[in-house]
Amino acid sequence: MPLPIAPILGILADNVKQRGSVLPISKKAATGWAKGLNLPKGGETVIYTGHMYQLIPAIDAMSKQMAMFEESPITKLFPLGRFANKIVNLSFFMSLMASKEMKVENNKILRNIASLLKKSGVELGYLYGDEMYSGALIYDEGLDEVFVPHAKKVYAKLKKNGVKKIITVDPHTTNMMRDIYPKVVPGYDIEVQSYMEVLAEKAPEALKQCNKELVIHDSCVYARYENMVDQPRELLKNAGVDVKLPELSGKSTHCCGGPIEALFPKKAHEIAGNRIEQLQEQGQNIATMCPICLVNLRKAAGGKGCQLKDISETLADAYL
Amino acid sequence: MSKVSSELAAKLKTSKEFNAEACYHCGTCTALCPMGYEVLPRKLFREAMLGLEEKVKARIPEIYQCLLCRMCEENCPQDVHIAENVRYLRNLINKEEMNLIK
Repeated sequence: MPLPIAPILGILADNVKQRGSVLPISKKAATGWAKGLNLPKGGETVIYTGHMYQLIPAIDAMSKQMAMFEESPITKLFPLGRFANKIVNLSFFMSLMASKEMKVENNKILRNIASLLKKSGVELGYLYGDEMYSGALIYDEGLDEVFVPHAKKVYAKLKKNGVKKIITVDPHTTNMMRDIYPKVVPGYDIEVQSYMEVLAEKAPEALKQCNKELVIHDSCVYARYENMVDQPRELLKNAGVDVKLPELSGKSTHCCGGPIEALFPKKAHEIAGNRIEQLQEQGQNIATMCPICLVNLRKAAGGKGCQLKDISETLADAYL
Repeated sequence: MSKVSSELAAKLKTSKEFNAEACYHCGTCTALCPMGYEVLPRKLFREAMLGLEEKVKARIPEIYQCLLCRMCEENCPQDVHIAENVRYLRNLINKEEMNLIK
């Protein structure tokens, strides 16, 4: 029995309307990564995580539950679940079930990215508790009537903090805040760059040559929506990495299946499996640049002998 | 026989976001789709533009299964905004079929 689309989308929409995120997580879970980095609060240029890396452990816990429900009659109770979730934040329990290991890894990714930016000379602030989720998932699902008011709130928060430029860390937040917000938020004037675009411009010198092979899995959104293909390759090559590319790469990259994980977990897993096979033809060390790609491909790679890591790990190894 | 909804057809015709009139059914999109669909997006858009509401409703699972990955768009010879069209249909379904926007 397939998962019921309407109540699941309803829960996501209600969560954004009532709690500001598709899957509300605690302030500590959202901002804990920055502890000890001494990033000033606010400023004209801030790192903007959009909570994507922080949300992934909870999303992963939720999608594992969903995969179990996919063949179960319990799906008939989902409309009731939506009703209950309006009163009690049921989805918050997913963040309690999230993998600690994954939380630690994703926090480290964010710390590495912030450190890379600081090291290359960027004066970087952070909004801490004032940072909000971008609304990427509800936009993709066509929930525009919930997305647009949310985007306006995000913009108001940025203006309140005097932000002029944000540096994003994932493709979905980059796309939302660079291309979609200007279409739906009147007067939107925030400059948006991905951290890899900033680093490629700054062209810092690598402190260490990595001398290893790395297969790149391009993100669909970075490559096809944001035209960002060369920067990750340049940064890796300057660090002595022998970049390997699958046949479907760059603007022809193949999706990881992640975008349909919430509604169609089996199909998402199948697509990720296909992609893993393509990547493994080039090598066993694979770099991703999107938290959704990383978690989804990793699930499909289980036991296949390859290693998937966020690209920032190699960049941190070479440039920090 | 299929019932035609002139309301749906008119909505798509006047929409700024939905653009599929340039599609000439070459099938490049379908051939490249990682989902391996036989129908999406070319047939779906044609049915939607003709106002074949029941046929569009029957394709609701496929409409939400689209990855919005734009592999199809990258190779579309007519520059049809396929992902945005799918997103536009989701928005219509969310409002009118699933009653999600209250």
